Amino acid sequence: MLDKMINNTGDKEEKGKPVRLSGAQAFVQALIDQGVDTIFGYPGGSVLPIYDAIYQSPLRHILVRHEQAAAHAADGYARATGRPGVCLATSGPGATNLVTGIATAWMDSSPVVAFTGNVARQLIGRDAFQEADITGITLPITKHNFVVREAGELPRIIREAFHIATTGRPGPVLVDIPKDVTLEEITYQYTDHVNLPGFRPTYQGHIRQINEAARAIMAAKRPVLYIGGGVISSGAADLVRQLAEKVGLPVTFTLMGIGGFPGHHPLALGMLGMHGTVYANLAVSRCDLLIAVGARFDDRVTGRLDSFAREAKIIHIDIDPAEIGKNVRVDIPVVGDARTVLAELIRKVSTKREAEWLGQIEEWKKQYPLRYKEDPAGSIMPQFLVEEIYAVTGGHAVVASDVGQHQMWLAQYYKFSTPRSHISSGGLGTMGFGFPAGIGAALGRPDRQVWCLCGDGSFQMNSQELTTAAVYGIPVKVVVCNNGYLGMVRQWQEIFFANRLSHSDIGSGPDLVKLAEAHGVPARRVEKPAELRAALEWAAARQDGPVLVDVRVAREANVFPMVPLGAGLEDMIGKEGWVK
Amino acid sequence: MKHILSLIVLNHAGVLTRVAGLFSRRGYNIESIAVGITEDPNVSRMTIVVDGDENVVEQITKNVHKLIDVLKVSDITHDDCVDRELALIKVTANSSNRSEILQIVDIFRARIVDVGEQSVIVEVTGDEGKVDAIIQLLRPYGIKEVARTGMIAMVRGTKMQKTPSRRVINI
Repeated sequence: MLDKMINNTGDKEEKGKPVRLSGAQAFVQALIDQGVDTIFGYPGGSVLPIYDAIYQSPLRHILVRHEQAAAHAADGYARATGRPGVCLATSGPGATNLVTGIATAWMDSSPVVAFTGNVARQLIGRDAFQEADITGITLPITKHNFVVREAGELPRIIREAFHIATTGRPGPVLVDIPKDVTLEEITYQYTDHVNLPGFRPTYQGHIRQINEAARAIMAAKRPVLYIGGGVISSGAADLVRQLAEKVGLPVTFTLMGIGGFPGHHPLALGMLGMHGTVYANLAVSRCDLLIAVGARFDDRVTGRLDSFAREAKIIHIDIDPAEIGKNVRVDIPVVGDARTVLAELIRKVSTKREAEWLGQIEEWKKQYPLRYKEDPAGSIMPQFLVEEIYAVTGGHAVVASDVGQHQMWLAQYYKFSTPRSHISSGGLGTMGFGFPAGIGAALGRPDRQVWCLCGDGSFQMNSQELTTAAVYGIPVKVVVCNNGYLGMVRQWQEIFFANRLSHSDIGSGPDLVKLAEAHGVPARRVEKPAELRAALEWAAARQDGPVLVDVRVAREANVFPMVPLGAGLEDMIGKEGWVK
Repeated sequence: MKHILSLIVLNHAGVLTRVAGLFSRRGYNIESIAVGITEDPNVSRMTIVVDGDENVVEQITKNVHKLIDVLKVSDITHDDCVDRELALIKVTANSSNRSEILQIVDIFRARIVDVGEQSVIVEVTGDEGKVDAIIQLLRPYGIKEVARTGMIAMVRGTKMQKTPSRRVINI
């Protein structure tokens, strides 16, 4: 019966026609009308009617093995495609398991729409079985959330949820649906209308501010362009490049801004901040004009605030007015969409090149290139691992990473050239993000090769998803940068805690090759640099399912350069690539 | 310094929690908050009094403004506005001092709204200073209970904090 009711024809006339549906059927129909093709979820008591409606519907439902992975996969899907990612969980523990994933999406402004079941309306607030106040719990980590109190509201709320998640600064939205709402019958009719008088993001920048920004750029002798995730979400990468090339701007990017400017471009400075390049940090410290686009001056980026860009006038272009002046004083704020504002700004500036400044930057690049020492014992250096992945993929892959040392090495050594290719948890720093996010990315972008570079600690936080990848034949290539440590924790303990390695040695297992094979995922282990290329090529060649390569790397390699906590960007240690 | 924020919000469940949460996250204690519906029953006005650093309050205010259920936020601290608060004060009173209390009540143009054998309830309306002053004067008689509404405020003259017109976005 449902097959007939669900209209997936995309026929405009059919689409607007009112039909009688149950709340659960209306939910499925609304997602389809919204253009959703894939959802990540896990069933349970409160969402049984919804799962019944999903059964044999045209929606592709990916059954994960833990709800956290559903949220991360939806997030990875969103980051890789630019379209909203959708996840679904049952009430109580199902809903709370989504929380880390929602918070991850919130911190990185990713458009995730999370649906949770809840107990029937008359049971809410009475500590019913598997009841949790998920809207209360997710209040500070969602852009907005809803409880559906009447079945009739469901279509409107779903429409609004997608609108809010994807409009302005993107972010996660949660919709909590009591079970009895999904059983009620309603008249469903698709509508494009959204009536949200309290939600009107500013896309157009103020013309006077843009003029002022243009004047400041023309007057600057030592300008730097500093881009963040906003460039990716607004699709402004091509305009960043145009602006940079027109006025000769060196470009540095945050972890979230990677891919917003080609990493191997002569004007690219690489990432800035705690593990940024020396030349990016020097350029920001010495510049007389810092142009921030879609970036939020995170503490990992700025280091000590009072010495950050202290000689510079700051232009801040951001769609979110609450970001302006949050962490640093801003001289020229421009509230607006990065793409819209940059397009205007490019028209207002004329071609120029500050040769002296660019020359200085070239000198810094020569003096402090990113580099590392070979391991005396001949082990694989983790930086070499990243270089080899780059070589095998030709720099064209989508690479998702987890959190820790490997994440920083990937950011430093893989020169990403296109937006939505680098997928990583920046703001929240969620270990266990990379693998499920990679699964989501692979499903969203079947045209791209998707790799997951994981740490051995991070990977174990969501390794149960090996089964998900195996069952659906999702072609993700998992490379575990395995040093048997919580490497970043160990590095900090070495530097700041007299090498007292409290609970950071996880070298006792498990055997990741056996673990992968137990889940039905072909796997290999590599211990020697000479074997690495062949193993990565073997992984690259597999088309129809996941593979895992367990790469044993030099155990005690450190991420350098590094700005110690509380220091200014200029006071880096390990500028040469290591500490003498 | 003390800030007076005037908000126009949608009359929904949960709006108060969303607004209050943004203040508590930064460790700011709301001194008073008063909410009531406006000329439009779908919309409420919230008056918040909060003490804090200018920049932090400004940043919180911007975040409040981002809430989907919040239609308008104004910091009216420096505006010329009328602000009022209502307080009910239960004072110990017996036949010997009741007339003295009545005198104080008269001076403040307050009212006695309940008389018991051992106490009276005084209702007073005014700005914060006036309410503080009468409480101060009544204190020696023995205050048993105080209930204050918190401040409500409105900008004087023709300047209005209007509800933005509803707009339907077609995508």
